[in-house]
Amino acid sequence: MTTPAPTVALFATCFNDTMWPEAPQATVMLLERLGCRVVFPREQTCCGQMFTNTGYADEATPLVRRFVDTFERYDHVVAPSGSCVGSVREQHGMLARRAGDAGLAEAAERTATKVRELSEFLVDVLGVTDVGAYFPHRTTYHPTCHSLRMLHVGDKPLQLLRAVRGIDLVELPAASECCGFGGTFAVKNADTSIAMGSDKARHVRETGAEVLVAGDNSCLAHIGGVLGRQRSGVRTLHLAQVLASTEEDPA
Amino acid sequence: MPSFQRAAKEALANTQQRRNLAHATATIRAKRAAVVGEVDRWEELRVAGADAKDEALHHLPHYLEQLETNLTARGATVHWARDADEANRIVLDIVRAKEAQEVVKVKSMATQEIELNERLEEAGIHAWETDLAELIVQLGHDRPSHILVPAIHRNRAEIREIFRREMGSVGRPAPEDLTDEPARLAEAARLHLREKFLRARVAVSGANFAIADTGTLVVVESEGNGRMCLTLPETLISVVGIEKVLPSFEDLGTMLQLLPRSSTGERMNPYTSMWTGVHDGDGPQEVHVVLLDNGRSHVLADELGRQALRCIRCSACLNVCPVYERAGGHAYGSVYPGPIGAILNPQLRGTGSEVDKSLPYASSLCGACFEACPVRIDIPTLLVHLRTQVVDEASGRSPEATSMRAAAWMFGDHRRLEAAQRAATLGGRLLGGRTLRSVPGLGAWTQARDVPTPPRETFRQWWARRRQDDPGGAPGPVRQQDGTSTTTPEEET
Ligand code: SF4
Repeated sequence: MTTPAPTVALFATCFNDTMWPEAPQATVMLLERLGCRVVFPREQTCCGQMFTNTGYADEATPLVRRFVDTFERYDHVVAPSGSCVGSVREQHGMLARRAGDAGLAEAAERTATKVRELSEFLVDVLGVTDVGAYFPHRTTYHPTCHSLRMLHVGDKPLQLLRAVRGIDLVELPAASECCGFGGTFAVKNADTSIAMGSDKARHVRETGAEVLVAGDNSCLAHIGGVLGRQRSGVRTLHLAQVLASTEEDPA
Repeated sequence: MPSFQRAAKEALANTQQRRNLAHATATIRAKRAAVVGEVDRWEELRVAGADAKDEALHHLPHYLEQLETNLTARGATVHWARDADEANRIVLDIVRAKEAQEVVKVKSMATQEIELNERLEEAGIHAWETDLAELIVQLGHDRPSHILVPAIHRNRAEIREIFRREMGSVGRPAPEDLTDEPARLAEAARLHLREKFLRARVAVSGANFAIADTGTLVVVESEGNGRMCLTLPETLISVVGIEKVLPSFEDLGTMLQLLPRSSTGERMNPYTSMWTGVHDGDGPQEVHVVLLDNGRSHVLADELGRQALRCIRCSACLNVCPVYERAGGHAYGSVYPGPIGAILNPQLRGTGSEVDKSLPYASSLCGACFEACPVRIDIPTLLVHLRTQVVDEASGRSPEATSMRAAAWMFGDHRRLEAAQRAATLGGRLLGGRTLRSVPGLGAWTQARDVPTPPRETFRQWWARRRQDDPGGAPGPVRQQDGTSTTTPEEET
C-alpha cells in the first residue's frame, strides 16, 4: 500500500442494495481488510441511470442533486458497479446542464471525479493488486461494457483476479462483446437481448468454468438468468465477492 | 414499417441469415482491427476526421456555395433538392431530356434513400445497379441489409440461385454451369454488367466526398464498376447529400486513411475516382450535381444531434454492433441500418412512426459503435438524447411513464426506498429465496431467464444490524476535503 488507507464512502447502488447485497457487503469487508475506514451515507438511493437511459431525463435530474448532496463531501466514493459509476461520470453533468442548472452541473462533475469503480480504487488509489484473497475455483471473467468502454478500466480487474490464490482463471471467448442486458433493453428488446445473452452463456460454458465473475450485478443477473434456466451449473459472483473471499470465509 | 423490436423478433428466427451475418461481421471486424492497429496515430486521425467534418457542418452554407461556384465554373450544372420528390424529379427530367430508356448506377446511399430506382421504374426507365452486392439485392428483389455489403445476409449458394434464376430476364443470362465459387460468380456478374456499361448513355452516382475548394466529387469503391459508370456514359448525374461537403482537398488525405480501414479493413481501397466538372473529349460531357437536403438541415439544427452528419458511411459501427449482428439490417426499416441508422433515421424522418420511435431503443448502449467510429460520432449519447425526445413526445401518458414516475418518487428519498425494500424483502422471505421461473408482469424477462428473488436482508439493513452488533464500527470522524474532521453525519449509521 502506497498511502495511508483513506476513508471511503460506499455507494452501494440501489440495485445491489436491494437485490444483491452480497456485493456491497463484500466491498465493505475487503476495503476494511485493506485498512480503509468505510462509511455508508444513508441518504443515498440511485444514480438515475435507468431513468436517463430510458429517456426520462426529468426524472433522473433530482437524483443527480441527491447524489451530489450525499457524496460531495467525501474524497473517495467507491461503488461495486462499473455501470453506475459510468453513469455518474458521463451523464450527471449532462443531465444538470440539460436542466439548465450550471451550478449543479459543476458540483456533479467535481463529485464524479472522486467516484470510482472497485477495481479502479484498489489499483489506482490503494495501489494494490494482491488483496490477499483465496478462491480455489475455475473462474472466467466478463468485462462489462460500461467498465470497459465508459470507464476504461482495462485489465485492472484481471490483474486483481490473477493475484488471487488458488484461482484457475480461464479466458472467456469474445469477452468484450456485450451480454445483451442494457437496462430496459433486456425487456424492450427481449428477443435480441436473449439471443445475445445466450451467446454469452455459450461462451461461458465453453470455458468449462465453474464461476463467472463480473463487476456488475445487472449484467450477471441477465447472464446468470440464462445460465440458470439452462441448468448449466455455472455460478455467478461479483468481483468484490471473489476478492473478499478467504480460506476462513470463502465466497 | 413495424417497430424494430417486432421486425427483429422475426429476423432472429431466420437461422441462415444469422449464421451469414455472424460469419461476415466477425471476419470484417478482425480485418478492421488488424489494419487500424497498424496506424500509430489512429486516435489523432479520428479527431482530424471529426474536425474536418465539423468545420464543414458548422459553416455549411459557406462551403456549399463555394462548392456550387467551383462546380459551375468547371462546367457542371448544380441543382438543389429540398426533399426526395424534388431530387427524383430533377433526375427524371434530365434522363427524359436525354431520351434514355435506362441508366447505369454507381452504388449510392443517397439515391437509395430517396428511392430513385423505384421512381425511375415507374416512369419506364430501367436503373441498373452495377455494384456486385447491389446487383445481388436488385436481382433478388430484396432490400439492402448493410451500408457497404448490402447482400451481407446472403451466402454464395443463395447468390448462385439468384443469378441463375434472374439474370436472363434483365440481360445476359448466367452461364448454365455456374457454380458458387466466388470467381465464377464475379465472372458471371462481369459479363452481365459489361453489356450495360457499353450501352448506357446516362449514369447516376452519389459521392463519398464533395470538395468545396476545388469542386471535386469523389467516389471510393472496390470493384471498378463505379469508374466504368463515371467514365463511359455521356451524361453523369450525381446525387449528393449536403453533409458530404469537405472544406478542402487536403481533408481528403485524412478521410482516405480513415474510410477504407474502417469499412473494408483495407489500407487503401482499389479504386478512388475523382471528377471535377467537364473535360473536353474525356468522360461525361454533361455533368449534373443534385445537392440533397431531405431532412439534413433539420438534423443540423440540433446542437447535439448534428454530429450524426459527420458520418462517412463506412459501416464500422454496423460490423461491431451485437444488436445489428443478430437482428440484421432489415429490422431498421431504412437504407441506414445498425447504430448509425438507429440515430440517423429518427433524426432525418422524425419520431412519428412505429419504427422511428423504436429505433433509439434498438441498442444495449454497449458503446462498441462509438469506439469504432472513425469520425467519433458519440452514438450512445445520441441514442439517449433521442430517447428523451421520444419520451417527451409521448408527454407522459404511457404506462411506462407512470411506473417511471413512481420509481423516481421512491428513489427521491431514502426513507421511501427503505419502505419499498421492506416490502420486497418480505416478499423474498415468503418465497423462501427460490429462483423464479415466471413472474407476472415480467414476461419479457422470464421467457428465457430466471429471476432471483429479493434477498432476506437488504444491504442497508445488514449495515444497520452490523453497526449495532459491532460497536467498533460505530461512527467516527470523517476526513473533510479541507483536512478538518467532523463527526460522521447521523445518516451514515
Ligand atoms: S456512424 Fe461512424 S462508424 Fe457508423 S457508418 Fe458512420 S462513420 Fe462509419
